[in-house]
Amino acid sequence: MVKKGTWVLIHRNILEPAERAPQVPDDTKKVPLEMWIKGYLQNDAEPGAEVEVITRTGRKETGTLLEAEPYYKHDYGKFVPELQVISEQVREIAFGGDE
Amino acid sequence: MALANDYNSVMSRKGEIMKKSVGIDYSSFESGSIAFDYEKMMRETGYTLEEMQKIQHSVHVGNTPIIELRNITALARKCAKPGYGARIFIKDEACNPSGSFKARRAANSVYHAKRLGFKGVVTATSGNYGAAVASQAAMAGLKCIVVQECYDSKGVGQPEIIEKARKCEALGAEVVQLSVGPELFYKFLLLLEETGYFNASLYTPFGIAGVETLGYELSMQFREKFGKDPDVVVCTNAGGGNLTGTARGLIKAGAATKIVGASVDLSGLHMAADSQFNKKSFTTGHTGFGMPFSTWPDRSDVPRSAARPLRYMDRYVTITQGDVFYMTEALASLEGLEKGPAGNTSLAAAFALAQELPEDQMIVVQETEYTGAGKHVQPQLTFARSNGIEVYFGDPKDEVPGKNIVLPSHPSLIKATDQDLDHMRRSLIRTAVNTYKVTPTEEDIAFLAEETKTDVAFVKEVLATL
Repeated sequence: MVKKGTWVLIHRNILEPAERAPQVPDDTKKVPLEMWIKGYLQNDAEPGAEVEVITRTGRKETGTLLEAEPYYKHDYGKFVPELQVISEQVREIAFGGDE
Repeated sequence: MALANDYNSVMSRKGEIMKKSVGIDYSSFESGSIAFDYEKMMRETGYTLEEMQKIQHSVHVGNTPIIELRNITALARKCAKPGYGARIFIKDEACNPSGSFKARRAANSVYHAKRLGFKGVVTATSGNYGAAVASQAAMAGLKCIVVQECYDSKGVGQPEIIEKARKCEALGAEVVQLSVGPELFYKFLLLLEETGYFNASLYTPFGIAGVETLGYELSMQFREKFGKDPDVVVCTNAGGGNLTGTARGLIKAGAATKIVGASVDLSGLHMAADSQFNKKSFTTGHTGFGMPFSTWPDRSDVPRSAARPLRYMDRYVTITQGDVFYMTEALASLEGLEKGPAGNTSLAAAFALAQELPEDQMIVVQETEYTGAGKHVQPQLTFARSNGIEVYFGDPKDEVPGKNIVLPSHPSLIKATDQDLDHMRRSLIRTAVNTYKVTPTEEDIAFLAEETKTDVAFVKEVLATL
């Protein structure tokens, strides 16, 4: 149970495939236009329930409750060995040599 | 009665929503045909250079340092024929409050919104401009909504865009994240209508004029340090505002500097295709924006864009994703400067272009951007690999956007590829005629000559072929 007032992430389709703009490519037309937005939960709810939130600007949005107290998980990626090769190479060319 | 919120109904209200939310009556600059009075629009709705400098100074924007990249220059000279390899400089725009030159555009837009009495601002951007508006809105005490195109239909997001969402939220903004598609504009219009906030578009006269200070500063800094203007300025080109504003500022300073636009080559990838969204490793500064916005600026979110890059471009080059990643790593390893990759598009181009110029000339990369988790070579290459993109060393000319990223096996393989400007100019003229469906008047012809940085004879010759 997520308590009323919790900062949450919700999701809603804002255009179903049939409602999409005429100019979108075929693969995009097969899928809905989706929206993810965060706000303060307006009633106690279970994840997966349809809920209402109040956003940072005080707007009301509705959607499916995805996550309570959402946080960012993006990072600096994995080790990319090529970058180290570049680092060595440019130093060798710019500063290296016979002397 | 509640207004209908289906796609077509909302789009049909576009004109009135725009008029209310930007406070500009664009019709007063229209001729009724192809031509409109661009300079009048810039004069009457923008700010003077002096006003902009004051506004930006008051919010800690601008006066960013010029850094000479001595070691990158040395590397270029190792790749160039004897006597060649111009001195390479960057203007460290990452020093602006939000970490990019976009603070200049945002400072003016937010100042203007506040002056007109708006309570908040809305902007549609997945780029650095979102953070810039959020930062300026925070200083001005205005509310801020940023609408981003962020995820594909599997809910997988570009790490670079997710980082920008984080930054916007950190600066107090509300972030509305959407899946792939041009209907972002539809949600944007709904938000403007619902909130009554100001449309902090990237393409208003205040936004573009905000970049004029960059070009002007560049000239003043070079005159003070070296007694002359730089020979070449390279601008990363996407929507065209960076190049347009910088060029206008240089012109206001009286500089005769050559203006080169540079974009990452993403040819072959459809920008609105769900299945291709995460196949690219650049979300801005690429040809997917650079080409269409240069050849038809009025596709933007305002009726008449103030960003009109073909008016100012002397040359337009493309560079590969692999080239830019290589140079981003080189900048860190040789100059001790860790910056975001997208902003280094013009650096990769300048590295190649410097080798065409003699050693005593000066070439300037007019921006840098902040870097961080997601918005960095390593996560972006990790993301590419996880999306099935092959990453390997080779000759960048073998790079196929969406299929591979070819890191140059030697820096001498980094080449700027010239785009056919005349072809782009023809395209603009053709689109103008097709859009307005009129027989061009003498005024239109003169306008199209200015739009394309050509002359009446060129425009007439193109019109004769249509």
